[in-house]
Amino acid sequence: MQRAISAAEAAALIPDGASVMFGGFMGVGSPDRVFDAIVARGARGLTIIGNDTAFPGVGVGKLIDAGCVAAAKVSHIGTNPVTQKKMIAGEIAVELIPQGTLAERIRAGGSGLGGVLTPTGVGTVVEKGKRLIEVDGRDYLLELPLLADFALLRAHEADYNCNLTYRLTATNFNPLMAFAGACVIAEPDEIVPVGVIPPDGVRTPGILVHHLIERPR
Amino acid sequence: MDSKELIARRVALELRDRTLVNLGIGLPTLVARYVPQGISVAFQSENGIIGFGAPPPTGMEDPHLTDAGGGFISALPGAASFDSGVSFALIRGGHLDMTVLGGLQVDVAGHLANWMVPGKLVPGMGGAMDLVVGAKRVIVAMQHAAKGQAKIVASLSLPATSTRRVSLIVTELAVIEPTEEGLLLRERAPGVSVDEIIAQTGAKLLIIGDVPEMPIVVAERDVA
Repeated sequence: MQRAISAAEAAALIPDGASVMFGGFMGVGSPDRVFDAIVARGARGLTIIGNDTAFPGVGVGKLIDAGCVAAAKVSHIGTNPVTQKKMIAGEIAVELIPQGTLAERIRAGGSGLGGVLTPTGVGTVVEKGKRLIEVDGRDYLLELPLLADFALLRAHEADYNCNLTYRLTATNFNPLMAFAGACVIAEPDEIVPVGVIPPDGVRTPGILVHHLIERPR
Repeated sequence: MDSKELIARRVALELRDRTLVNLGIGLPTLVARYVPQGISVAFQSENGIIGFGAPPPTGMEDPHLTDAGGGFISALPGAASFDSGVSFALIRGGHLDMTVLGGLQVDVAGHLANWMVPGKLVPGMGGAMDLVVGAKRVIVAMQHAAKGQAKIVASLSLPATSTRRVSLIVTELAVIEPTEEGLLLRERAPGVSVDEIIAQTGAKLLIIGDVPEMPIVVAERDVA
């Protein structure tokens, strides 16, 4: 990588209609500066893939508020009445995915697997349209891999080689999504010289990251 | 004592020493206040931590340290944090001893519905479907009825969370154990008669002999 880019440059890379995975759990561990830049750019028609739609005005909720989102693949929208309103109005197509299934579908997508077999959702509306596969007498759903055009990560530290660390519950979906975006953009809290993060401390190998967001100036 | 506190104090008696427990958002969270003396429980929050405690003082919160509802928490000594893949491997993989979840309905087969009301409320299942499938014990902690409508019903009118039979239902009126034969009335709340429970229940209850009064945890601990 030549240099870190600004959040606005990152937002300019993401065309209208793109699919975008984003880290975050109720807005914690989300790439907030990139979100602000996507809103400022006035992006439209995005398909967002992440755990939840946070709250109005918080995290990915800003993209919902600003009308950037056409579809959401998430496990939960209960904390964001704007998502619910736009879903009912037909402005956002919401696909609800059990949280553990969402994590495994992203992991499958990023690690070259053809899908995962999970007991979660068997016998519920989640099973609709999916293959049921019996293994050793137990029923599982075949859940297909998820990939996206972009993965937007929030990291704690990044070194000059883009090796990443995460903090506490801000980790959530970020390390999984690092494998599943065709273009991976990481927004770190801190940028440190190579060697500051010991090899054992690296949670996402820098080789996966295409762009690092520069320090706030 | 209000009904939520009573439910939490009764559910707390189900906690066992040296176990991993996940508490759902809302009423189930209260259970952490009533861990019985002499019992050590590790609480998991599915957004990626085991071993969390009470929120820090105002102004000292860590924006990277929250529970599954987005509220600030602290990490106790010995806590572990991890990503969502690991969190749900713990839940689905048989490593979670118990989960306590809220409920909208439970039917006579012990099936739980707790993630949506079609046309009205569509919060999504979050981690609930994985929790019900994967936890060794599933405890439903909920109000016995809502706005005069029974929540314990003959068959679910709401979309099910799982086809798994839950382990126990604790309400402010009763403790009910779903069994192969049906819903067994195990305990009644202090001052509540069996007839009152039957009147507020929309499914047949199995009643064997005298139904004892529900014991509860009396002491409150200074924890989450």
